[in-house]
Amino acid sequence: MAITRDEVANLARLSRMSLSDAELDALAPQLEAILGAVARVSEVAAADIPPTSHAVPLTNVFRADVTRPSLPVADVLAGAPAAEEGRFRVPRILDPDE
Amino acid sequence: MTDVSSTSTPAAAAAAGAGAPRRTDDVVRLTAAETAAAIAAGELSAQDATLAALDRIAKVDEAVHAFLHVDAEGALAAARAIDARRAAGEKLGPLAGVPLALKDVLTARGMPTTCGSRILEGWRPPYDATVVSRLRAADVVILGKVNMDEFAMGSSTENSAYGPTRNPWDLTRIPGGSSGGSAAAVAAFEAPLSIGTDTGGSIRQPAAVCGLVGVKPTYGGVSRYGLVAFSSSLDQAGPLARTVGDAALLHAAIAGHDPLDSTSVDLPVPPVVEAAARRDIRGLRVGVVRELSGEGYDPGVQAAFDAAVQELAGLGAEVVEVSCPHFTYALAAYYLIAPSECSSNLARFDAMRFGLRAGDDGRAGAEEVMSHTRDVGFGAEVKRRVMLGTYALSSGYYDAYYGQAQKVRTLISRDFAAAYEKADVLVSPTTPTPAFPLGDKVDDPVSMYLSDLCTIPSNLAGGPAMSLPAGLVGGLPAGIQIMAPAFADDRLYLVGGALEAALEARRGHPLLDEAPAL
Repeated sequence: MAITRDEVANLARLSRMSLSDAELDALAPQLEAILGAVARVSEVAAADIPPTSHAVPLTNVFRADVTRPSLPVADVLAGAPAAEEGRFRVPRILDPDE
Repeated sequence: MTDVSSTSTPAAAAAAGAGAPRRTDDVVRLTAAETAAAIAAGELSAQDATLAALDRIAKVDEAVHAFLHVDAEGALAAARAIDARRAAGEKLGPLAGVPLALKDVLTARGMPTTCGSRILEGWRPPYDATVVSRLRAADVVILGKVNMDEFAMGSSTENSAYGPTRNPWDLTRIPGGSSGGSAAAVAAFEAPLSIGTDTGGSIRQPAAVCGLVGVKPTYGGVSRYGLVAFSSSLDQAGPLARTVGDAALLHAAIAGHDPLDSTSVDLPVPPVVEAAARRDIRGLRVGVVRELSGEGYDPGVQAAFDAAVQELAGLGAEVVEVSCPHFTYALAAYYLIAPSECSSNLARFDAMRFGLRAGDDGRAGAEEVMSHTRDVGFGAEVKRRVMLGTYALSSGYYDAYYGQAQKVRTLISRDFAAAYEKADVLVSPTTPTPAFPLGDKVDDPVSMYLSDLCTIPSNLAGGPAMSLPAGLVGGLPAGIQIMAPAFADDRLYLVGGALEAALEARRGHPLLDEAPAL
């Protein structure tokens, strides 16, 4: 299973990680080796087998729709990188030219 | 640690005695059950038990590096409150005053929670995990947070951003992972109990290579609320201890339905404490899994396992061989499913709401800050797995990788179901090898992944599994793994309790009698 450096760069972009050139160079052969090992799953004839997403068969777990106390806003914001006026302060999310 | 008497519990004998001053070295060697009994009887205060653990940490943790954060003040305050309540005649929890080391992937209000990652450095969660609330309700004293592979991804604790933990049996070797700090803390007598988490073997493998008992409960048996998610369909918290009985006490304290975790199952907790004490396995069918042996298994580990199986037969169990043909594909399926889930779960580390934010210079946009933060905040193994998962889930590859792995997961569950028609429990070595030297596999991820060969099937199928000491191989511990059907966790303790007693009668307790002094 060959994986190119361009593919690795694209995966890094999709994963929102601005990796350095050195990291991309190191990751390409590592991901290729791992993918080569895990591709073994394709050897199993499983066309008619249903997939398992979860070990315990639970469906539609409901709870009563009642109000409960929530965490104080100040406690939650205490762990934020930046806060302002009782909210998370974030870097700009829109391009100024748009 | 060389002063070993001939009694069955030398530490208890040394630490007992009316009015005799208790030495720190003796108190820390007590089991959790012995510590709780001594506190309940008024022979030992919770404060002294906590002070003894803190002294031990001060003495040995520089060499072992199990702890990331020691909360001496909080632990002593909790211990003094327990002593005051006991003096007032209040009823105390079953583990009242017993010190515990908490894996740094579970939140405890106000205590740092790093998950072994730079991206959470300095973060103090505003709430307790359900496991932590239950520990507090049982009057357990939380000493602090212990080291782990970053976000529980690894088998050696070398992937921690805060430096590796060392194996107390040989400081040049790995303590296993990802709950390596948990295992090392208990093996080094820094705490009699620890909570770890197990996604592919992260409780059982460290327990095996550190000479401990470690249990992954049935998936859904212990709440995941407040457990920072790595792979949500596989993660499960569980106990590490020096004896089967101690593990059972801790298991019973943390298990049970929790409405805050919708994957938590509303069933009674299996009677693990009673099972651990029963010690009668006559007529029980024990299935040896044919596929979990052979090439790649250290001959010493295999010999220790075979001898433990002989011991089970000697106790009256009926030993049969079972075949689980799809187990040979479990590792491959796991390294598609777990990274896929992790790539989704770790998206929450976006530099916006908690933890690290890097490169926010007032000009950079949110996505730029996010990408830069995740580059500097995540370590190499986390990056590898996030990218592997992103690949396996991307359109065009989804069916061939993630979809196919989910089908293999079904086949592994069916293998278990067929085997449990012939056997009540299954057994295998816990790990193919004893602890390897630090640095041996850091540059070879595929080789590192083989550490979890025997433990992964139970995570994929959801059933409970225990590792307990089988013997020593060249002075290093080897473990035997016991697996049981979902929600039959008590069978692990039944078999484990009987086997532990038989092996100890033959050659003593590996940790108390044979571990080198630190």
